[in-house]
Amino acid sequence: MTLLGTFALWTGLLLGAWAMLVGFSGRWHAQPALAVSVTRATHAMFAVMLVASAALWKGLISHDFNIEYVASYTSRNLPDYFIVSAFWAGQKGSLLFWAVVLSGFSSAAQWLTSARYRALLPYVAAVTSGVVSFFIVVMLFASNPFERLPFTPPDGNGLNPQLQNIGMIIHPPMLYLGYISITIPFAFAIAALLSRRVDTGWLHAIRKWTIMSWLFLSIGIVLGMWWAYVELGWGGYWAWDPVENASLLPWLTMSAFLHSVMIQEKRGMLKRWNMALILGSFLLSIFGTFITRSGVIASVHSFTQSNVGYFFLAFLLIAGILGFTLLYTRWDRLEADVQLESMVSREAAFLFNNLLLVGIAFSVLWGTLFPILSEAVRGTKITVGPPFFNKVNVPLGLLLLMLTGIGPLIAWRKASTANLKRQFTWPVLTGLVAGIAMVATGSRDFYAVVAIALGAFTTGTLVQEFARGTRARHKMYGESWPMAFGQLVARNRRRYGGYIVHAGMVIMFVAFAGMAFKTEMEATLKPGETATLKSPYGHTYTFTHLGVSQFEQLNRVVTQASVQVSKDGKPVGVINSEKRQHFSEPAPGVRQKSFEPSTEVGIRSGLQEDLYIVYAGSVQGTEEAVYRFTINPLVLWVWMGGVVLVIGGLVTMWPGSAGAGVTRRAQAGYEVQLAGAGSAS
Amino acid sequence: MTTRRDLLRRGAAAGIVVLGGPLLLSAQQQEPLAGQGEAGLLRDPVSAGRARERATDRDNDEFVKALEHRLQCTCGCTLDIYTCRTTDFTCTYSPQLHKEVLALQDEGKTGDEIIAAFVAKYGEDVLMAPKAEGFNIAGYVVPGVAILTAGAVLTAILRRRSLTRQAALAGAAPGASVEANDPGVPVLPGGTGTPEELARLERELRELDP
Repeated sequence: MTLLGTFALWTGLLLGAWAMLVGFSGRWHAQPALAVSVTRATHAMFAVMLVASAALWKGLISHDFNIEYVASYTSRNLPDYFIVSAFWAGQKGSLLFWAVVLSGFSSAAQWLTSARYRALLPYVAAVTSGVVSFFIVVMLFASNPFERLPFTPPDGNGLNPQLQNIGMIIHPPMLYLGYISITIPFAFAIAALLSRRVDTGWLHAIRKWTIMSWLFLSIGIVLGMWWAYVELGWGGYWAWDPVENASLLPWLTMSAFLHSVMIQEKRGMLKRWNMALILGSFLLSIFGTFITRSGVIASVHSFTQSNVGYFFLAFLLIAGILGFTLLYTRWDRLEADVQLESMVSREAAFLFNNLLLVGIAFSVLWGTLFPILSEAVRGTKITVGPPFFNKVNVPLGLLLLMLTGIGPLIAWRKASTANLKRQFTWPVLTGLVAGIAMVATGSRDFYAVVAIALGAFTTGTLVQEFARGTRARHKMYGESWPMAFGQLVARNRRRYGGYIVHAGMVIMFVAFAGMAFKTEMEATLKPGETATLKSPYGHTYTFTHLGVSQFEQLNRVVTQASVQVSKDGKPVGVINSEKRQHFSEPAPGVRQKSFEPSTEVGIRSGLQEDLYIVYAGSVQGTEEAVYRFTINPLVLWVWMGGVVLVIGGLVTMWPGSAGAGVTRRAQAGYEVQLAGAGSAS
Repeated sequence: MTTRRDLLRRGAAAGIVVLGGPLLLSAQQQEPLAGQGEAGLLRDPVSAGRARERATDRDNDEFVKALEHRLQCTCGCTLDIYTCRTTDFTCTYSPQLHKEVLALQDEGKTGDEIIAAFVAKYGEDVLMAPKAEGFNIAGYVVPGVAILTAGAVLTAILRRRSLTRQAALAGAAPGASVEANDPGVPVLPGGTGTPEELARLERELRELDP
């Protein structure tokens, strides 16, 4: 199977070379058959990547430990469902995963793109095939998943215990899908630049792709936070680790693009900016992979590091130079159709929103790279950890939250004073009341109070938008209230889906603020002994240590510490936290301990707060246990905010959304007739 | 002579042995792995990880915690000392560093003096965030300055363009400014549009919406 896999990779490389050669040469303009050939090459490339993936799957499932990758990331007793995640647990597998998914997206882009944009497709195929080919080159020359060992070990090393978590089956592929799918908008952008068709057509072609990418990144990031929370055991979900930062960077620039693209679609402005955002997002997705793979910056995600990072660095530089040079050569063609009419307009609010999103991305990138810069300039190593990022980014995040509330309140083109007064009154009052209530109830954490107040302000904005829209439909069309609400969202999914996304963000920001009030303590308890901890809501939790038991489960010995919890004297239940010692079985009845014992946190989630219990270990091998008890306020709302955000994203990209209607309205000169104030496009 | 009662007793005893024996035996075989007694021994202490020392009140001292959040563990994990010692229970560095913090506190050193002692011993990268001095100031200031500068430039450009545009509009169609909301949303009667505009808008929406 390894021979077949390697053969498939070489075939994929040849197909990619053909697609690039023909696609970029432009000879298909004269010979349409060549355009068909390029399209078919992308489909064939997908097919051979599937064959390569099947070859690796076969090795994983059949425990072929002669394959170095299989021996490194699996063992005989690894539960089947974790064999799935072993495919992307290591670098070699994740490179293949990237290649197969991208070739699938590339094929889908050729297949699904409307005939109107056919002229762009050979270029698109050339770009996507180039990127797939790059991954194949990395696999063939530096990190081959089909590499065989000179001997066959009786058992594999097994999967890192921290990766033996359900979150790791979903989180990495989601993040990869986000990173990978950015390639399609990037390919269309390059195609538009190469073909000089830089009108808004290419934006329509990539609309679903950009939202999908953003959605996958969002899901991947939130799942990563959840995994960190339940698996790493430090009691938080975001540590500003370089790899976490790397996932945030393209998310920020894609978020900026999703806002600014509306200005281009509606007003024909920001063409250069949008092009730059797409190019930048793609480069940042590659940068994220470079950070993850190279180990150039210290990270807790050290399980995938190797020297292939420098392949990515070279690719990053080449793609960046070519992309931005191309943009520069088409600069004049990307002139805005109209100029901004007023500083007090939604366009201006979107521009400042973009400034902040890109500014935060820059700030995160700056902080991530500053240790390297410092070492280069001063020759001194420094650490840039959470205190730095919180100091720099929390104020920017709050400003962004404020703009999230302001943007929808300002009219397009130009807002009058009366309009501003009418729009802002209730949201501002809501925010003020929330802020005052927080201070009155004793909250003294400045950022937390501001976050809650701004969250309330933005919620006020969103509620007002939904309420006014629903009321308008109810009055104008005589629809029932629920029908009016449903139709409001269904008729303009992009706008109201976007508002639902904003609601998700507000929920998450408020939940982030909750962590300012977390409380924790360490305690050593013998069976029957208790410890008490007061929660930020004033509840008193009593933790009674019940005992420690040991048993075998799947591929591990579990040491489980049990705690009886009561809240204000009333029993809540038993929470277990574990130590897991994984082992491999090279032969029947022979066991070898693999990895250090890992910790499984005991969590009881509630709407107000989470009880987070970590069994740190035992004193001198007895049942006397050392615990860390933590009360984390509002954490459940982080995940709920994530779900709302994803629902909003799905509403936005649901088929039959605004696209056709908006296009037709724009073609009909809708805005011109409504405004009666000169041409808008 | 065996009475009927003896027979029943023997039968019951035999029954207990036959039926209960395996149960008793299995109970012995299924001896719980958990410790016995108030703080019994674990059967496999190695699987429970590194042996821990008892936590003390000083481990929960807010001053100590705050200091340890500012100092990085030297094991290479990228976590601060407090987080590492309460999370990565395989690390042997963070408990030691914690003891160093406590020892320095016992010597009567202030928080800043303890931090300085750590920097002197382990180097500047022991700090979780660089001190805002010298070149490090750039680390803190550059993002904010970049955003403010970009904001100022953006504002200036937008202001200039909007003034130019308004001047052009004033010449072409005086008083033409409107509040045009998103085209997908009906505007409330009595809002910003005239009844004629609203009627036209409604007609267009019915015609154009899918």
